[in-house]
This record gives sequence, C-alpha cells and structure tokens, in this order.
Amino acid sequence: MGTQLDNAKSVFRLGLFREFPTLMHYRDFGGYQALAKALLGSPGAVIGEIGAAGLRGRGGAAFPAAAKLQMVRDNPPGERYVICNADEGEPGTFKDRFIMTHIPFQLLEGMTIAAYAVAAAQGFIYIRHEYPEAQETMRRAIAAARAAGLLGSDILGSGFSFDIEIFSGAGSYLCGEETALLSSIEGKKGRPRLKPPYPTQSGLWGKPTLINNVETLANIPPIVGRGADWYRALGTADSHGTKLISLSGDVASRGLYEVPFGTTFREIIDNYGGGIKQGRLKAVNIGGASGVVVPPWELDCPLEYSACSQRGITIGSGAVFVMDDSRSILENVRNRVDFFLHESCGKCTPCREGLRQAGRIIHNLLDGAATLADIDNLERYTRTMQNAAFCGLGQAAGNSLSSSLKYFRGEYEALCRDRDQAAPKEATA
Amino acid sequence: MSTSLQTVTDIVAAPGAGQAALLQALLAVQDASPENYVSEEAVNEIAHLLGISRSRVYSTASFYSVISLKPRGRHIVRICINAPCENAGKQAVLAALEQELGVGLGGTTPDGRFTLEGVSCLGACYMSPAIKIDKQLYGDLTAEAAVAVIRRYREEENIGHTA
Ligand code: SF4
Ligand code: FES
Repeated sequence: MGTQLDNAKSVFRLGLFREFPTLMHYRDFGGYQALAKALLGSPGAVIGEIGAAGLRGRGGAAFPAAAKLQMVRDNPPGERYVICNADEGEPGTFKDRFIMTHIPFQLLEGMTIAAYAVAAAQGFIYIRHEYPEAQETMRRAIAAARAAGLLGSDILGSGFSFDIEIFSGAGSYLCGEETALLSSIEGKKGRPRLKPPYPTQSGLWGKPTLINNVETLANIPPIVGRGADWYRALGTADSHGTKLISLSGDVASRGLYEVPFGTTFREIIDNYGGGIKQGRLKAVNIGGASGVVVPPWELDCPLEYSACSQRGITIGSGAVFVMDDSRSILENVRNRVDFFLHESCGKCTPCREGLRQAGRIIHNLLDGAATLADIDNLERYTRTMQNAAFCGLGQAAGNSLSSSLKYFRGEYEALCRDRDQAAPKEATA
Repeated sequence: MSTSLQTVTDIVAAPGAGQAALLQALLAVQDASPENYVSEEAVNEIAHLLGISRSRVYSTASFYSVISLKPRGRHIVRICINAPCENAGKQAVLAALEQELGVGLGGTTPDGRFTLEGVSCLGACYMSPAIKIDKQLYGDLTAEAAVAVIRRYREEENIGHTA
C-alpha cells in the first residue's frame, strides 16, 4: 500500500505485520519488551514517559494522554477500569480496524501498560458490531496473551494482574461518545451523560475509568519501549509522533498510511495516495462525517494540531476523503446530514430539530425548491447546532455544513430558484 | 430456540458478566437465531435471567439498530451508505442487489434467505463500494460482482440442501 515509513521511524510498523498476527511474530520484533520495562519501573515513570512524549488522544479530542492517566491514577484507592474505545464509527475511517486485525498485541500491550499506570485490574475493548473480524482477532489475541502470562494474574511475575474482555457494540454511532459508550456497557441505551463528572472520576459503574481510542493505546508500547526522545523526533515541535490516515475517495491509491505530523494534506494526497485518479481535485473532507470540507487551496496546511485548529480543520480520526471535480458538494453534504439524522439520539432540540430542518433544506435545494433565504436559515440552524447541542455528535454535525457553506456557497446558491438575486460573487481565497 | 436460550444462560452465567450482560446477551441470542432476531420468548428469558424488567430489555433492544425484534432472513446483506461508498458507486450496487433479491432496503426475501439493510461505514472505504454478508466483507464491487456474490450464496445453500 504505497509509501511505507521506515520501521525505525514508525510507531506501527505496519509493513512487518501483513500476515496473520501471531504473538510469536510480535515478540520477535520486540513486542512486550515495553511492558516488561514498565513493570520494572513505577506507574509514575510510565505516565512521565508518555507525558514527555507529548502523546495526545487520537480519537478526535486530542486530549493529552498523560494528563488523563494521571487523573485516573489520582483517585482514592479502589476499583478502576481501562476501556479501549474501538467503536470506530466515523465514516471514512478504518485505522482502528487495521490495528486490531494486524497488530492486536500492540493494542493489548498498550492497554496493559495503561492499566498498570492507573492501577486497574479489568479492561474492556468496546468493538463495534460492524467489525466481527476485529472482534475475532482480538479474542484470539487475548487468549494467546493470557496463555503466555501477559494478561491475567501476576503478569510476567510482577505481581500486577489485569484482564481484558471484548464488548460488542450494536450499531450505534453515538456509542463512540465516551459517556454513551459507558451506558452501553452498563446495558442501557447508548445515550450521552452530562459531564462532569468525567469518566476519569466516575465512569463505568461509577468507578474511575480511563477511556482511550485504539490508536492512542497502541502508541504507548513504542513510547515506553523506545523512549520519549525517539518519539518526539518523529513529528514537529507542536505535534509529536505519527498519525494514521485513512485515505479514501478519488485518489490513485486508497489505503491506510502512517504519516509523520508535519506532512501537509497535499503531500498525503500526492505522495501517499498517488494523486487524483482522474479529473481535477475539487474538495477534501478531513475528519470524517463530523469533519470539514475544504477546497484545494487549504491543503498546504500541515497535519499538526495547532496549524489545523487555526484554520478550522478538524484532524478528528484522521479520515481524508478526496473528491474530484465530478462530485457534487451538496450531494455529499446531504449524505452526511442524513447520516447524522439517523444517528442522533433525539435527546436535545438543537440537534434533533436542527438536523431535521437542515435535512429538509438540503433536500429542497437538490430538488430545486429552495430559495436564498433558505441558505440563510441553514446557516442559522448550523450555528445553533454547533453551539447548543448537548453532545459532540450534534456539535460536529454542523461542521461539514458550515465549512461547505463557507467554501462552496456558490454551489448552494446555484441551486436556488431565485439565484439571480444572489449578491455578486467576490473572489474567495 | 433452545440453543439460544442456552446461550443466554451461558452469557449471564459467565464470570463477571453481571449487568454488562444485557447487550451481549441480546446479540448472542440474535446470532444464534436462524431468523436473526430476538423473539418475545427470548426477551422474557433474558429479563428473567438478569432479574430486570421486560421493558428495560425492550428499551435497550430497540435503541440499537443491529438488534431486530422481528424475524429476518438467514443472511443479512448490509450495504454501506456513507459518502465514500456513495461516491464510489453504491447506488448502482444497491439497485442491482434490490433487483436480484426482489426487495428494497429493510426487506426480506420471501424464501427467508436474505434481508437487505443499509449500514454505516464498514471500515472498508479503501475498497468502496463495500457490502457485508453476515460476517464476510466484499469490496470494490460493481453491480455485476454484487449479483454474482448473491448467486454464489444461493448455489452453496442449494448444494447444502441436496447433499
Ligand atoms: S446532540 Fe444529538 S446525539 Fe447528542 S444528545 Fe443531543 S440529540 Fe442526542
Ligand atoms: S464508507 Fe463505506 S466502507 Fe467506509
């Protein structure tokens, strides 16, 4: 699959693990040395190393990983849980599935190190129902790790015990939201809860809980094993390490790529993806359905937390979906609005009603039944959703609407019945 | 039915299962059912075994799109409806599947073999358009390829029946 990072500069070394991932294979390439090293030192040392590496959450929120570990650790003694969020539901994203089916032991090792850091004895991997092959591989990997004394009681003779169970989702995108995911494991509807309290204090069954994305946890073994300095050298001064990019759409080579931070989106498309397949580049959706739609001139932005947030680009899960000039922006926006409408839990009005109205307007636009005034209304609904929705789903649902309205307003206007009255176009960009 | 009730009992009895068992029990019962659903009888049994009300079980069951309270086909054909698959030709694949199966999204073929459903991203967008039949993924589909896959399922089942 296209360009591969040199193993010495790679967190995931995906090229090494193409075949069925066995524990022996993983250990042959240094697997589980990080866990052994961690268990010889203190939990504080593990958190210190992850902090020095500057690892940030890879699920979308980019929260500093060490700070979260510390919050869970700081609770009064008692039961704690570690949960791996493998409910990868963001359309256009397949990195977590890839990690689970290709390097499952790296995920298990990372979870075990994290559990040691926060003193948890039980972990869960919440895997979406749409990924039965990942559930299967992870189940086999857990059994193999247990048999080798790498999970269960007294891991590697250290006295530390930790075990992991697989929990299957059941087709709800919203369960990727961490508090909804907790409700789901507890056997309830997967609806978000009010924060605070945060899961770090009151999570699963009210106990302190560390919830991290698959990619975040899989970053831990290389950080602990090879050290923070090695890791920091991989990215930029602002964003350390690498990011898995799920590249899809109208490029020559779609696929999963491990990309060092600092690489521009244009380089991702041209160097990793082999450029546009045919026609010309029109727009790129970054961050999945909850991400933004940007025009080609924004693509010189480096993949970097600060640079992206300055330009309103959401790195999110790392989905990059490319559209050539034969694609309609509005059709794509409609697809997303329909998606969110379907996934919204209906608990709060801005999301439930906002999406319904947005959906109605977009469908009218595509049917030639909308006016310029509808576009203004659409903008209003979008802002309300972004500002007033109860959870991340509703807030994010506005992203592709607002970005497409910002960059591709002309396409909206061209579909209006009264398009002749549109304000004269000023040159954008 | 007895096999799936056995499954419920096993899941509930599993060490550490506790209340976390509800959603997993629903999924396992559904998987064990030849008609891919959770029957009223099974709901009662789950409620009984977990010591919770039937309405609790129904409320959770109806929230999750994967859980069906109505009988479905032996094979569930799921077609991804998100943007990457949409742009890569999902519409043509869907039309071909609808024609071949003679049902629309959500429909079950009269012979009870297939149910056609829409699904969110299968994590296979590097080979869009993609579908999943039960647990098997098929990518880079064309209308013809999708029809061929369905026909293969039919043939294999027919061979199974005559053997
Ligand atoms: S924003 Fe949407 S998904 Fe989130 S709580 Fe409100 S209605 Fe539910
Ligand atoms: S969008 Fe269809 S598999 Fe991801």
